[in-house]
Amino acid sequence: MSAAATAGRPPGGPRFGRLLRRNAWTLGTYALFVAVMIFTISIHPDYGPFEVQSLVVGALPLAFAAVAQTCVVLGGGIDLSIGAMMAVANVLAARYMLGHDFQTALLISVAVLFGGTLAGALNGLIALRTKVPDIVVTLAMSFVWGGVALLILPKPGGGAPDKFGELASGSLFTPWIPNGILLLVGVVALVWIPLRFRGLGLALYAIGSDRTAAFRRGVRVGPTRVFSDALGGFLAACGGLALLMSTGIGSPLAGTIYTLSGVSAIVLGGVSLAGGRGGVTGPIVAAFVLTLVPADLILSGTDPNLGQVIQGVLIVLVVMAGGLAPLLRRRAPRTTDETGVAAA
Amino acid sequence: MLLETRGLSKNYGAVVALSSGDLSVQAGEIHALMGANGAGKSTLVKLLTGDVTPNAGVILLDGREVRFPSPASARKAGLASVYQDVSLVPLLTIVQNLRLTGTTMEAIRPWLEELELEDVDLTELARDLPTPTLHLLDLAQALASMPRVLILDEVTATLPADLSERVFRVARRWRSEGRSVVVISHRMTEVKALCDRATVLRDGATVGVVDLESSGQEEIVSLMLGPEAASVVVSEGSVADREKVSKVDRRPAVEVRGLRSGILQDVSFTLQRGEVLGIVALEGQGQADLFECLSGNRRPAAGEILVEGKARRFRHPHDAIGAGLVLVPADRALALLRQRSVLENIALPMVNRLRNWGLINSGSERRRVKSAIDRLEIDTRAQSRVMRLSGGNQQKVTIARWLATGFMTLLCFDPTRGIDIRTKEQIYKVLRELAASGSAVLLFTSEMPEIQLACDRALVMYGGRVVAELSAHDATEAALLRAAHGLGRAAAAEAAS
Repeated sequence: MSAAATAGRPPGGPRFGRLLRRNAWTLGTYALFVAVMIFTISIHPDYGPFEVQSLVVGALPLAFAAVAQTCVVLGGGIDLSIGAMMAVANVLAARYMLGHDFQTALLISVAVLFGGTLAGALNGLIALRTKVPDIVVTLAMSFVWGGVALLILPKPGGGAPDKFGELASGSLFTPWIPNGILLLVGVVALVWIPLRFRGLGLALYAIGSDRTAAFRRGVRVGPTRVFSDALGGFLAACGGLALLMSTGIGSPLAGTIYTLSGVSAIVLGGVSLAGGRGGVTGPIVAAFVLTLVPADLILSGTDPNLGQVIQGVLIVLVVMAGGLAPLLRRRAPRTTDETGVAAA
Repeated sequence: MLLETRGLSKNYGAVVALSSGDLSVQAGEIHALMGANGAGKSTLVKLLTGDVTPNAGVILLDGREVRFPSPASARKAGLASVYQDVSLVPLLTIVQNLRLTGTTMEAIRPWLEELELEDVDLTELARDLPTPTLHLLDLAQALASMPRVLILDEVTATLPADLSERVFRVARRWRSEGRSVVVISHRMTEVKALCDRATVLRDGATVGVVDLESSGQEEIVSLMLGPEAASVVVSEGSVADREKVSKVDRRPAVEVRGLRSGILQDVSFTLQRGEVLGIVALEGQGQADLFECLSGNRRPAAGEILVEGKARRFRHPHDAIGAGLVLVPADRALALLRQRSVLENIALPMVNRLRNWGLINSGSERRRVKSAIDRLEIDTRAQSRVMRLSGGNQQKVTIARWLATGFMTLLCFDPTRGIDIRTKEQIYKVLRELAASGSAVLLFTSEMPEIQLACDRALVMYGGRVVAELSAHDATEAALLRAAHGLGRAAAAEAAS
């Protein structure tokens, strides 16, 4: 390492600086959330538990969709059927939970989650076996699942026991922390934390970063791909159930928008669409930002139709800002990159 | 026999990459695998390491047949490889990469010391480390699994001389411990100095095994090239017919004055029309920055570039091409549209130049492309997609595109990296012809013996400066090496005399 490289580092040691640099985007997403939150409170001074609750309930399905897509994209894939899988999970649960008690509803949820996992794995298996690109397979599957959802429930209907809805909207401890947030954190922690610290998680990042190199390192690329797709299916089913919790009825078309808004959330949350880079907290926070912004626009009296435009502009601006950082680093003299070993 | 293969074959669709690969490696030997580009060396290695599975043939280890469905299984059986292209996952740290292969720190630490890598920060992302370091790390990791057969696929092609020496040291140690090493290299001197025997491949089949102790370079070359081609190859030196050159009107084609950019510090020189000017430097001495500035890839921080006497500022490679400065980069993948055909690749800059945005005149396009292909003798059997061509043929395509388009100054950045002797000869012949017809050529090469073959003059760069200028006569490998290590102009001149 030459002196020039160390001089440019922020105080607090090279490791701290590098940690900051590697997670800059995620931290930026947090900052964006805080900024939007401050803006919200400034135009809505009596922001209280009810608003927090409606934000969480509103953001929950998108947050699950974003985490689902994150799992797939980190492994170098893409899943365009997440919204449709959410719709199927949603109508299945709504149709069979109607008129049953809470215990039965939970059993049905387990079955739906299992089905979602299988559907996700199916995406992966088809792409792997037929060698058709996953973007094509999942696009086709999104039509299949979209049709299945309409077959199960041709128009909005069904329902769920009230207690099921309270899994998202109720509050176990204080009204400031709705159950939905606990549910989200719980599910993600259950799935993500074991993954992050195990070989499988490493393998997931490895195949997303460079498939050939990962194969040569000894990663079993095929099974890892199927696993990431199955995980995506599981979380999409979670999203479908969350949608039922927040609306109380099943709707065969409500799920479909979550494919693309989920992609928006992961882009905003710092996950590289090329795979291998990003985490899971960024997309979750981004899902909250994307839910909060349209609500703010309504509160501030802006034409709601303008909301879409502003969301789009926001995404482009954030991604541009994210692309700026490596560019600035490249402009700086790069003495270490070329000489590395010789200097060391 | 420790490792043996019999009749290994692999084809990708209609393209046969290897038809009959026979190899036998004894315990305690360093065995070279040689052959022209596209002869099937890399395919054979990939079959040995489980990267791809063979269509036919057997691999025997200790006389027992083995199958490797994945690199992990080959590693477990005792075959570890360091690949030509780095195979560390770029977005993971080195530590994480080691965890993927199950390499413990205890196992790898002695090898990091052996390869003098103790100072490398293993918590860096692989992407952020320089390529030579990654190659050595890859090697250290392969060694940590204590393979019985270590396979080095063109490892030294991207390594500067001092780092290559570390690799050779390890290979010799491996042999002394009764283990084996398979080396793939195009550098004949390297092979002669390091290896015991060589297996030669031609057109996908093993054509002979040579004892390097007792046989000469010519024997290997003639095996590599086949009976009919061997007569074409001429002895060293005759590539350059320098007498003709002096007839050309010697005007400066490009003048560089006080150029600064990246690690370049105040570089000045003049490139004449009708000459091939060599640039020699160890890895990372500023040669990359120089070529980036000249080809319009980067704007210099200071200094000026004069083309035909007029100062130019290149904001984009398009500007440089417009001024007649065209680049042949080291990385073929960077220059070519891998999915498109040979024709389209060669015609691309031509089409871009058309003032008329109408239909492409495919007749004249085809004629010009054809003549460029003929001149460079490009093997166009797999021409529908450039990615299916061998490395040497891909490199010829990048040169052919400029021949078809026309240019004043050709900038070649290590154009013969990882290319076989015959293709090298052809490329140098074309460079000489271009110079003879009045063009200027700036040639950076990492293979110092080639300076005398192809160049009229050589500049040596060290630490971002031009530290020596040598005539072709004085530019012996020893003199270049001394200068490239920054040993001073006087010392270099002394070594030359």
